[in-house]
Amino acid sequence: MNLHSFLLMRHELVLIAIMLIVLIAELATKDNRKSIIAPLALVLFGIHTVIGFLPMESGTLFGGMFNATPINNIMKNILNIGVLIILFQTQKTFDSELNRGKVSEYFIVLFSTLIGMFYMISAGDFLMFYIGLEIATIPLAALAAFNRHENKSAEAGIKLLLSSTLSSGILLYGLSMLYAANGSLFFTDLMHGTYTITSLHTLTLIFFFAGMAFKISLVPFHLWAADVYEGAPVNVTSYLSVISKGSAVFIFTVVLYTVFKNYAETWQPMMYIIAIFTMLVGNLFALRQNNLKRFLAFSSIAQAGFLLLGIIAGSAVGMATVIYYVLVYVFSNLAAFGVVSMIESHTGKTTISDLNGFYRTNPKLSLALMLALFSLAGIPPVAGFFGKFFLFTAVASVNTTPYHILLLIALLNTIISLYYYLMPVKAMFINKNESPIAYFKSDVFAKIGLSISLTGMVVVGFVSSIYEEILKFCFGL
Amino acid sequence: MDFTYTLAIILLPLVTFLTIGLLDKSMPNKLAGVLGTASIGTSFLLACYTAYQYFFVYGMVDGVYQKIIAYHITWLKFTDTLHIDLGVILDPISVMMLLVVTTVSLMVHIYSNGYMHGERGFNKFFSFLSLFSFSMLGLVVATNLFQMYIFWELVGVSSFLLIGYYYEKPSAVAASKKAFITTRFADLGFLIGILLLSWYTGTFDFVQLTQTSAIGTLESPAIATMGGISFMGLSVISWALILIFMGGAGKSAMFPLHIWLPDAMEGPTPVSALIHAATMVVAGVFLVARLFPIYAIAAPDALTVVMWVGAFSSLFAAIIACTQYDIKRVLAFSTMSQIGYMMLALGVSKYGGENGLGFTASMFHLTTHAMFKALLFLGAGSIIHAVHSNSMLDMGGLRKYMPITFITFGIAWLAICGFPGLSGFFSKDEILVAAMQNNTPVFIIAVVVAGLTAFYMSRLFFSVFFGKETKYHHTPHESPKTMTIPLMVLAFFAIFAGYIPFSKFVTSDGAAFATHFHWNVAIPVTLIAFIGMGIAYVLYFKESTIPTKVTKALKGVYTTIYNKFYIDEIYLFVTKKILFNIVARSIAWFDRHVIDATMNGFATVTNYVSNSIKGLQSGQVQKYGLVFLMGALTFALIFIYLVTK
Repeated sequence: MNLHSFLLMRHELVLIAIMLIVLIAELATKDNRKSIIAPLALVLFGIHTVIGFLPMESGTLFGGMFNATPINNIMKNILNIGVLIILFQTQKTFDSELNRGKVSEYFIVLFSTLIGMFYMISAGDFLMFYIGLEIATIPLAALAAFNRHENKSAEAGIKLLLSSTLSSGILLYGLSMLYAANGSLFFTDLMHGTYTITSLHTLTLIFFFAGMAFKISLVPFHLWAADVYEGAPVNVTSYLSVISKGSAVFIFTVVLYTVFKNYAETWQPMMYIIAIFTMLVGNLFALRQNNLKRFLAFSSIAQAGFLLLGIIAGSAVGMATVIYYVLVYVFSNLAAFGVVSMIESHTGKTTISDLNGFYRTNPKLSLALMLALFSLAGIPPVAGFFGKFFLFTAVASVNTTPYHILLLIALLNTIISLYYYLMPVKAMFINKNESPIAYFKSDVFAKIGLSISLTGMVVVGFVSSIYEEILKFCFGL
Repeated sequence: MDFTYTLAIILLPLVTFLTIGLLDKSMPNKLAGVLGTASIGTSFLLACYTAYQYFFVYGMVDGVYQKIIAYHITWLKFTDTLHIDLGVILDPISVMMLLVVTTVSLMVHIYSNGYMHGERGFNKFFSFLSLFSFSMLGLVVATNLFQMYIFWELVGVSSFLLIGYYYEKPSAVAASKKAFITTRFADLGFLIGILLLSWYTGTFDFVQLTQTSAIGTLESPAIATMGGISFMGLSVISWALILIFMGGAGKSAMFPLHIWLPDAMEGPTPVSALIHAATMVVAGVFLVARLFPIYAIAAPDALTVVMWVGAFSSLFAAIIACTQYDIKRVLAFSTMSQIGYMMLALGVSKYGGENGLGFTASMFHLTTHAMFKALLFLGAGSIIHAVHSNSMLDMGGLRKYMPITFITFGIAWLAICGFPGLSGFFSKDEILVAAMQNNTPVFIIAVVVAGLTAFYMSRLFFSVFFGKETKYHHTPHESPKTMTIPLMVLAFFAIFAGYIPFSKFVTSDGAAFATHFHWNVAIPVTLIAFIGMGIAYVLYFKESTIPTKVTKALKGVYTTIYNKFYIDEIYLFVTKKILFNIVARSIAWFDRHVIDATMNGFATVTNYVSNSIKGLQSGQVQKYGLVFLMGALTFALIFIYLVTK
């Protein structure tokens, strides 16, 4: 291992550098100049995102603990784009008196969670994986409690911390049993080891699964999500529901497809049950919500259920559809969150019924939100349709009856989801309101963030070569 | 030679549409107009360059114009055989259409700067025009049936948007709906046809579909086998092509799917000129021409259908046009009649060499017709702009007030009547020759239509520019330069487009052949046209009472024709009385009491379940932990004790 091979950790190293620069900027600027830190972080992260797209070698580091592969690189790039959009949406938050002193704190914590996710994605060993997971989780609690003057935010932070402690405990317990059963934590050893699957192995899988299901908020490990999503600041909520969830889905897919390859006959039925429950419960809860953030939280649980469909398929196509779906989901959900956060920061309104008559006063934002919801619901021609379409194709291509039933259930759930995704649209366009939310002018950064998401939503749908490109690097069971 | 730049011809209007459409009100009207015009202008220049490169430099190999795929991507890949591609194909007809569409579109853009001046929604109008141009250009360069279908629908949508431009007027809304529904209904046939054809041939691709070998049979073996499978007396391929033609007939307003075209005149006049005269309505002709090798070689039955539908529509519309008073409606029926001409020309044509004269004639007429009909519509727009009425009864003696409109309109009138030396004369002559050589009844119909055309166009021309002295509220005045310049440019084409040696460039098999002028057809037909013009001169040049006497004498026949043979009423009867009342009502009952009830049941259950599980979300984190643990343990129990053992 030489210095050059450190470049394999390009994403992580650049991020650490950015963290340090932000920290130094915080120390070096006077109090009245602090407003430059947020844009600085944004610009630096923009550069980081661009760097991520440069061609990169693949290889391993630290004796196989760290993997740099093209598919990992794609996953990280997708997360980068998402975080970039969130950073655009966050800029205005720091105008307020309360947050002005905590600017660098926000970015450093955010970036460190991202580094954790990157290490987790690139992990070639469960130790590395676990450390990444913790780096990603613990600071998240701090982020959720970012508006600490608000009870709800503080509550969200503590709830996230407590729940994630529990889930980490179980996950770690699972990993320790894995070590006990196999004598190694390296992915490659576990993959190629020859052994018969005992109850211990099954238990390992289930505990690992529970820990990941917590991160992805799958039923019944999802209960923390709604409270935390509602209490946390909007941008943290979008970070949690998009980036954190996306990264967990990525590594989950990779681990299931490699390490737990031999267990497929156990985890496929397990995921099958969980997928059905997750879609159903997420949808049924989303149906009843009036708070926009809670509504998006439950809808994102249902979306995670859909994602499982691709994982269950167990083919290279399945993996590609999962990654593609996350990409689409990043754009659509962040667009929805973008509008919601604009509304919240300008008017303080947070419920669906507040949206009544919104189209008359803010037609452009209404259209943007409509497109985002259409994409989440999977209505053509926006990307969400193609995402769902590919997912369903992946499931349908496993040509057996249980999979066809699963597909049918998924389709029914799409219909349920269509109903509640159209509720805000109906509120904005059809419902009458004497005093709708007055017209407001949103800040430039938020507008840019929203435009990126909307463009992404349209472009990703139409440029099919993106999907082909992802598929090239994917692998099946 | 790399033709990738042709992509810009199509994409420029799209970019313009997005720019004007998204900025909408924040963009000054003038800028939107200039931007729209400049972008289509650039497309026009590029199209000219492409045409030069294609026809004179790179297109011909061994004496045959090649099909060049200038750009190609696989857009959606489902399986190895089923994939939807997008691309740009260059062959004589697509290059010709690129030229026609961009020329007329450019003229209409320039004209609209003046015509639409001060209208509300000026920017919206230009963004829609750009959307239409994009869709139409995408349609003509489609490399496969599916791409064509996509753009076909986009064209339909833009047409819908533009007909309904004055959306505050109920009649405009009704007309736009009528146009959209009628063409969509026709497109159902088109879609089924596409699916049939591609199911048997395994491809959407035009190049593969229409590949022919030297002996003039289609190379695709699938098409050969399709010929063998028959259904209700016709081979499957004939059915597929008849259904595809149904789509074409809908867009091209062929009988009996023509009912939307007269109503579509509710749209602004430049729109009528661009969409409902020169470009979109000939999409059906283009479609048949695109698939012509299959029609001609593998499915002559389908081609016969095309021929008779074209011939009948052409006669039918010409008769109706003689009785209408709305200047734009006369032109609309005339368009329908002329498109019928193009269809019948395709119908009588054979594949290859001089036998493909009908094909060439049809494309020739498409081009010349686009020029003079666009000119007629734009002229009519200029007149309407000045008189503020569509009715010919409100017009008369306008030659004194609007000299430029008078002269240019006059040129277009002579061109469509087939006056010797003007463009219409040459293209019509070729069609008649092709008809004479192949099918006598159709030839006779075509001659009759030529006479009728001369009559009703002269009736229009005389009663608008000569005829009775009409008192106007405001003295009519000539239109501004932005409107008269396009008129003059189009007048130039209306005169000289006929001198293009079309059979050198556009032929059924790509190989050039020489056409001969047939005096034995040209002289009698020209005489017949003169007779038509003469009758109109007698009746309408000066104010006279003869027309009223004639209409009185033929009252029953006249009202029937004036009411367009009551076709609309038949449609209304079938839809309202039979479909809505009998079929739709019983289905509605079933829908309400069975399907809705089931759905409501689902909704109630969903609601109930969702209500009863909401206790799970208690807000207490210790409970969450408990559920989490129980969940994990339940799974452990299930999978360790139930599944594995």
